[in-house]
Amino acid sequence: MAADGVCFSGLTDPESGPRGGLKNDPSDALDWCYRSDFCDELIGPRGGPRVAARRVWKYLRSLDRHELVERREACEIAALVAGITFRVYHDEGSADRAMPFDLIPRIISLREWERTRAGLEQRVTALNLFIDDLYGDQKIVADGVFPADVLAGSVNFREQCRGVRPRYGVWAHICGSDLVRDADGTLYVLEDNLRVPSGVSYMLENRQVMKKVFPELFEDIDILPVDDYPARLFDTLASLSPRPADYPVVVVLTPGMFNSAYFEHAWLAQQMGVELVEGRDLIVDDHDCVFMRTIHGFEQVDVIYRRIDDAFLDPDAFREDSLLGVKGLMRAWRAGRVGLANAPGAGVADDKVVYSYVPDIIRYYLDQDPLVPNVPTWRCSIRSELDHVLANIDQLVVKPANESGGYGMLIGPHATRKERDRFKKLIKADPRNYIAQPTLAISTCPTLVGAQVAPRHVDLRPFILSGDQQYVTTGGLTRVAMRAGSLVVNSSQGGGSKDTWIVDTNGEAG
Amino acid sequence: MLSRVAENLYWYGRYLERAEDLGRMVNVNAHLMLDLPGRLAPGWAPLVRITGSQALFDELHDVAEERQVVRFLLAEPRHGGSVLSCLGQARENLQAARDLVPREVWEQTNDLYLAARERLAGPLGKRARHEFIVSVIRRCQQLIGMLADTMSHDHAWDFILLGRYHERADMTTRILDVRSAHLLRGVEDIQPFDQLQWMSVLKSLTAYQMYRRHVRLRVNGPDVLRFLLGNPMFPRSVSFCLEAVAERLHGLPDHEAALVAVGRAQRMIDQADLERLVDGGLSAFVDRLQLELIGIGDRITVTWFRTAPTAAPVSGNA
Repeated sequence: MAADGVCFSGLTDPESGPRGGLKNDPSDALDWCYRSDFCDELIGPRGGPRVAARRVWKYLRSLDRHELVERREACEIAALVAGITFRVYHDEGSADRAMPFDLIPRIISLREWERTRAGLEQRVTALNLFIDDLYGDQKIVADGVFPADVLAGSVNFREQCRGVRPRYGVWAHICGSDLVRDADGTLYVLEDNLRVPSGVSYMLENRQVMKKVFPELFEDIDILPVDDYPARLFDTLASLSPRPADYPVVVVLTPGMFNSAYFEHAWLAQQMGVELVEGRDLIVDDHDCVFMRTIHGFEQVDVIYRRIDDAFLDPDAFREDSLLGVKGLMRAWRAGRVGLANAPGAGVADDKVVYSYVPDIIRYYLDQDPLVPNVPTWRCSIRSELDHVLANIDQLVVKPANESGGYGMLIGPHATRKERDRFKKLIKADPRNYIAQPTLAISTCPTLVGAQVAPRHVDLRPFILSGDQQYVTTGGLTRVAMRAGSLVVNSSQGGGSKDTWIVDTNGEAG
Repeated sequence: MLSRVAENLYWYGRYLERAEDLGRMVNVNAHLMLDLPGRLAPGWAPLVRITGSQALFDELHDVAEERQVVRFLLAEPRHGGSVLSCLGQARENLQAARDLVPREVWEQTNDLYLAARERLAGPLGKRARHEFIVSVIRRCQQLIGMLADTMSHDHAWDFILLGRYHERADMTTRILDVRSAHLLRGVEDIQPFDQLQWMSVLKSLTAYQMYRRHVRLRVNGPDVLRFLLGNPMFPRSVSFCLEAVAERLHGLPDHEAALVAVGRAQRMIDQADLERLVDGGLSAFVDRLQLELIGIGDRITVTWFRTAPTAAPVSGNA
C-alpha cells in the first residue's frame, strides 16, 4: 500500500494550478495543496473537487487559518458541552473522552446514495430471511447453498432460539453495515453488524454540531436531513409490540453508565421519549410478562430495545454470572409476551465466514443479484481457498470470524515475517475461524490535522431499520482514522468521525 | 418513572443544593471574619464540623486555617462533601437520568462540573475564590430556574425538588447547630457583640435581609431561632423546606407514610420552646430534628426507590 498522501510544497493547487501568494503568509494561510494517493471522497482524480463537494470546498478555502481553527474549537466545545463522550477503559480506571470530530464533512451525491440504499435494503431483507430460516426449517442448508459445517461452527448460533417466530420474520431490526470505497470508486460492504451496532447518536449529534458551526452552508446547499431516525426507530420498535395498544411501552435496555456506549443508550431513550432501563429495573413474572419497577409500582413492558449482548441477556438462558440481564427474559420472549430488538441469535449472520456467503444468500432468497458488492473473501474452511491464503498472506488482510472492533487482525503487507508465520499457524489450527480479503486501497477524505488539511481513511456505517417497514438512514456515520496511513477507524482505537452529507446536486451543472 | 431514576433525580436535587449551600457558607464565613473582632471571629474550624467530616479533615490536615479548610470544602476530591465532589455527584446522578430533563440542563450541569474542576485545579486567591463561589451559586440557581421554566412539572420535577428542600432543611439545622453553639453560653459577657453574633448566624443562611423585614426588633436569639426554624415564608427556614417537601409528596403515589414523617418534624418545630432552646437545649433539639429528617429520607427510599420485592407485580395484561 502506498504511503499516506502528504503535502509537499510546490505541488499544484487542486483548482487553479500553481500558486504563489498564499504561501508567502504562512501565519494566516492554510496549506491547501491537498493531494491523496487514494480515491478521495471530495477531490476528483484531476485534483478538483467532485460536483457534490464543490461549494463546500470553495467555502472552506475562503476561510483563513484563524477562522478554521476557531470553527474547530467551536465544534470541540459544542461536542464537550453536549456530553458527546464515550468511555475508555485503561489500567487506572475509566474516563469519559470526547470522540474526535472533524469539521470537514464527507459528501455523497444523492444519486449514488439512492443506489446504495436500495442495495442495503436488499441485503438486510435477505439476511433476515436467512436468520429466520436457520432457526426454522434450515432450507438453505438442505438445498446445499449454505454448508452445514459452517453453521455447526458458528459461535453466535443460539440453540435456544430454534422454533421461535418473531413478528414479520424479522430478527435484525437494527443493522449497521460498514461500507468502504476501493480505488476504483466502488462502495463495498465490509461487514454487517446485526447484534448491537452503535454510532447512530454520533451521526445525529455531528449534524447538530455542524449546523451550529456552519449555518451558512446549510442555507446554501441542499443537504438531506438525518434527524427523523429516532422517530423511525420508535415506529420500528412499536411495531413489535405483542399487545395491541396505541402506545406500547417501549424501553431501551442498557448495561449501565459504565458501558462505552452509554451516552448513546441514554440519548436514544431521550429522543424516543422512552425509559432507559437497566437489568435490575426489570422482572419477569410467572405469566412470562416483563415489568419495570417504577414509582407507581410495576408497569408492563411491551418492547425492549436491548443494548446488551446475547450472552448477558438472561442468566437463566445464557451466562449464569450475568448481573446485567433479566432473569426469565428469554422465556418471556419465546412465549411472545415481549418484543426484543435485535432478537437473540441474530448475530449468527454477522460472523465473517457467513459474510462471505451473503451474495449467495441474496440470490437464494430473493432471486436477485446483489446491488452492493461484498469484498472478495477467501474462506479458510475450504481447502483450495486456504492454500491461496497461506501462499499469498503477504498481500491479504486476515480476520478472525467473530472479533469486532478491529482486534485480532493481520494486515499482510504491513506485518513482519514473524507475525505472518504466527498467523499461518493460527489459521491452520482453526481454519473455520478465519477469512482473508485483498488489501483494499480504502478511500480518503480531507481532514483537518493541526493547521493543515490532509487525507485520512474513512468508512461509512449506515443504519438499516426493519420491522413492519424498512428504513435506511440518510447517509450514516463516517468514521475516520485520525492517524496518517491508519486504516483503523474504531473509536476504541483512536478513530474519529465526520458529518456525512447526502447532497442533491440536481439543478447544479455537472 | 423508574424507581432507580427517581432516586437519581432526588440525589441530583440534594447534591446541587449542597454545593450551593456550602458555597454560601464559605463566602459568608469570609465576610464574618472581616466583620467581627478577632476574639469573637468564628474561625474556620466550625465549617468542617457543619459538614460532619471532622475525621477526614484531621486525617488530611494538622491545622484548620483558612487555606486548609477552604480547599477541603471546595476542592478536596477525597472529601465526598466538597463543592467539587457534590457537583460531580450531581452530574453523575443526572447522567443516569438525563433523558428526563431538558437537554440544556444536562449540558449546563455537565459544564458546571467541568468548569469547576478546571478552576479548582489551579491556585485560588481570596478574590478569585469569591468570584468562583458566586458563579457556582448563580449557576446552581440558574439550573433550578431552567428546570422550573422548561421542564414539565411532573414526577421527575417532584423528585428533584424533594431532594433540594430535604437537603436544605438538613443544611439549615446543621448550620444553626454549629453556628449557635458558642452563643448559647455566657451571653452576658459579650453583650456588646451579642447582636452582631446572632446576625452572623442569620448571614450564614443568607437570611439577614429577610429577617429584618419580618422581625423589626433588634436581633436577638429566640427571634432568630424562631425565624430560621419556623418562618413559613422564608425559603431557607426549616418549616418552609418541610412544607415544600410535603407539597411535592402530595403529588406522588402512596405518599401517606412519608407525609406522616414530615408532619412529625413539623410538629416538633411548632411545639419547641424557643426561650429554653436559647438557654442550652438547642443542640439536643437539633439532634432530634435531624433524626426526624433522616426518617423522612428513609420513608422516601422505601416508598419509591427500593420497592420491596414482596410487592409482586400484577399478573397478566394490565
